[in-house]
Amino acid sequence: MSKSSQIVEKEEVVIRFSGDSGDGMQLTGTLFSDTAALYGNDLVTFPDYPAEIRAPQGTVGGVSGFTVHLGHSEINTPGDYADVLVAMNPAAIKANVRWIKAGCTIIYDKDNFTDKNIEKAGYISDPIKEEKLEDYNIIAVNITSIVKEALKDLGLDPKSVLRTKNMFALGMVYWLFDRDLQYTEEYFDKKFKSKPEVIEANKIALRAGYYYGETIEALTPVRINPAPIAKGKYRNINGNTATAWGFIAASEKAGLNLFIGSYPITPATGILEELAARKDLGVKSFQAEDEIAGICSALGASFAGNLAVTSTSGPGLALKSEAIGLAVMAELPIVIVNVQRGGPSTGLPTKTEQSDLMQALYGRNGESPVVVIAASTPSNCFHFAFEAARIALEHMTPVLLLTDGFIANGSEPWRIPKMKDLPAIKPPKAVKTDEPYYPYFRDPERLSRFWAIPGTVGLEHRIGGLEKTMKGTVSYVPENHEEMVKIRAEKVEKVVEKIPDLTVFGEASGDLLMVGWGGTYGHLVTSARELQADGFKVSLASFNYIKPFPKNVREVFKKFKRIVVFELNLGQFADYLRMNYQEFTYEQFNKVQGVPFTVKEIKDYCIKLLEEK
Amino acid sequence: MAEAVVTQYTAKDFKSDQEIRWCPGCGDHAILSSVQKSLTDLGISREKYAFISGIGCSSRFPYYMNTYGFHGIHGRASAIASGVKIANPELSVWQITGDGDALAIGGNHFIHAIRRNVDINIILFNNEIYGLTKGQYSPTSTKGLVTKTSPFGTVEDPFSVGELVIGAKGKFFARTVDSNIALSTQIYGEAARHKGASVIEVLQNCVIFNDGIHDVVVDKEVRDERTIILKQGEPMIFGKNRDKGLILDGLKLKVVTLGEKGITEKNLLVHDATEQNPGIQYMLANMRYPEYPVALGVIRSVVAQTYDRDLTEQLKNVKASAKIKNMDDLLNSGSVWDVE
Repeated sequence: MSKSSQIVEKEEVVIRFSGDSGDGMQLTGTLFSDTAALYGNDLVTFPDYPAEIRAPQGTVGGVSGFTVHLGHSEINTPGDYADVLVAMNPAAIKANVRWIKAGCTIIYDKDNFTDKNIEKAGYISDPIKEEKLEDYNIIAVNITSIVKEALKDLGLDPKSVLRTKNMFALGMVYWLFDRDLQYTEEYFDKKFKSKPEVIEANKIALRAGYYYGETIEALTPVRINPAPIAKGKYRNINGNTATAWGFIAASEKAGLNLFIGSYPITPATGILEELAARKDLGVKSFQAEDEIAGICSALGASFAGNLAVTSTSGPGLALKSEAIGLAVMAELPIVIVNVQRGGPSTGLPTKTEQSDLMQALYGRNGESPVVVIAASTPSNCFHFAFEAARIALEHMTPVLLLTDGFIANGSEPWRIPKMKDLPAIKPPKAVKTDEPYYPYFRDPERLSRFWAIPGTVGLEHRIGGLEKTMKGTVSYVPENHEEMVKIRAEKVEKVVEKIPDLTVFGEASGDLLMVGWGGTYGHLVTSARELQADGFKVSLASFNYIKPFPKNVREVFKKFKRIVVFELNLGQFADYLRMNYQEFTYEQFNKVQGVPFTVKEIKDYCIKLLEEK
Repeated sequence: MAEAVVTQYTAKDFKSDQEIRWCPGCGDHAILSSVQKSLTDLGISREKYAFISGIGCSSRFPYYMNTYGFHGIHGRASAIASGVKIANPELSVWQITGDGDALAIGGNHFIHAIRRNVDINIILFNNEIYGLTKGQYSPTSTKGLVTKTSPFGTVEDPFSVGELVIGAKGKFFARTVDSNIALSTQIYGEAARHKGASVIEVLQNCVIFNDGIHDVVVDKEVRDERTIILKQGEPMIFGKNRDKGLILDGLKLKVVTLGEKGITEKNLLVHDATEQNPGIQYMLANMRYPEYPVALGVIRSVVAQTYDRDLTEQLKNVKASAKIKNMDDLLNSGSVWDVE
């Protein structure tokens, strides 16, 4: 029977690759999703790995996973539950059993299901039996021994042989989803250029897996046809890379050098790493001795006339608080990116959460307003990083950009923008005139001060953290302080004139308005779309601009009977809305587990609300 | 007002219009004058100077300089100054700091700026006390000092600035006294010309909370006997009658009297601030009265690569061979595909 005649077509599928931290699951997942993207599927990926680099082998704590959700139509989430689970050891079953669909396909390495590993994962005998998975589509494969046999003539050391196990598994999944091996094989050619024997080993393992899938006749191949996506040039991108690129794009549009002063912290490090690699584009990256020096060096660079950026995650933002206050007071442009993770304290470093909102808005001494915006998908991190830089530079203010571990590490295909289509950025640089330069004289429209760059003749001036008059003279006069506090607040509020209105997904009025902000967008929009398809009068308003709010929030809210705020914290945005728009009642749906929402729980909650009347 | 291209300045060109708010009699006034004087001589245009500070009495300094200036937050001046210099290596960047600002709250930034050898000039006003908070002990206060937060005397050992600088791989360390304008002016000039992080410790008097703390060595009556001004290539001689000197006795420095026990100038150590091995310089920086005279002048000045130059070089090299020349190139690099 030819393969094409038995292929089943499906709309979408969720695949989860899972194994020990050392099993190469992240690479396996990435290669699969790149292949799917090249084929034309829409997709979202989500890597999920432990904080420990190599947690004890075989334990549940050491399980590293990579989920890819691909489809024939628009995909906005990595999927709630997997259709296919690849489990390299018993611990991977334990860690994922609650995230798989009933009756799903489980491919596992039987050789690794030794008594010792079964015990390490917390099972007594057979994990499949203990979890009552016997009726699922269980494909037990002796991956380790097959790979050893297939590579025995290559003369590779045993460790290198075992390292190709993931490629065998990948080969099987490629066969299952009717994919081409070409992209992956080309990857080997490039990656292991100087080690032909490793290229060969990986190719053999990959093909062995592919043919194994064909031979066992236990798998029905599935085809997910390409998604109807807009014409253009595409690439895959994750949130951290997109953030870094957004800043470079902004620096090019502003005609300024880009400086990042930062300190490594999960899950934000990718931004610093990407910018450190971009010396070809003249980016100056400074890995500071701590978080404080990260932002302070960036503030120094801002004073000196660069587009200045610092990146961090929650605990690091706490350390940067005082320096953000200095940026507020000195009115210097700077972007602070906070890739949120589970907190408080060290919390859950590799997990996602939205619990730094109040810290971003208020976590400083004194009246210290900053612009706060949030990206909502991996690829739109580019747009919002660009926006953050534009607002910081044109309004002479610090801007806090919030992303989170979920969108920072997640990736999706992205239609590549053209630089000529992006807006110009025009910072209010001071020029020498016959009048003396005073550092806090302002543009009447925006209230932003003028930026005098050191090295410019005749604009010598002093700024600092002390209160001062418009002329820059230190002043403790009571009325002056109040006036300056109000002006700094008003300057931030004036940004509202330069940001877009809040948009609604769905009808402009209805029974229920789902409200969210930042990285929950994918799950919320998928839920809203499905609820709308089922005939519910549900719409979604997902916020990207948080301080200041867009102008039309009140107009949007008042057209709905009920408002529910969904967030991955205990209700920080809901409280912030209550402060600002007191006339509405806000119901809340909150989750603080270090994991994203599921579409199912969002929909179940909405349906319950709508049906209770 | 001075025009842009004027390179002949007087000290007045560097005075701002701000009213100086230090206490009358404070050593800071003299330091300000010395710095303003030294800048006239460096051949650097005024708009190229950036003075960066943290918090403390000394840190008000930038307000009084008619240059670019940034009064930062407590302890962070080294980090801010590093950012300024890296962002624009054309600038002459000066950090003004104190013993609390640089060595307590800012200790981490201070040692790392030195280790990286960022080309900034750090003037550290050491009065061994917290002045702006009105008299608490600092990391350089002598053990046992009675202050408001040590009413029974401190029980901790102080930092020696020079020892810390050398320990942090410092390439330039000098020491001067606030009131010695001639020596200070000369040292600030040398620090400015030195490429890399330069640290100048100024023995500064806090007239209110720690008055006379350095008098035991710097007072006019005793200073010739109790300090030694080190000069490059010259024997280490001091004393009112220039009759004392330093020799190496085993592994230690020793004070000797010329003419006694057959000691002549030829037996004395000759100062070499440019020696890479900091052994002797370390001992000189750590000399304390009464066993030794306190060393003044440039103690260590060693040529080395600087962070800002290395980075500029690296950027140039990477750019020269780069395939990616602009953002459009980057966006279209790697795996991209067309959707028709």
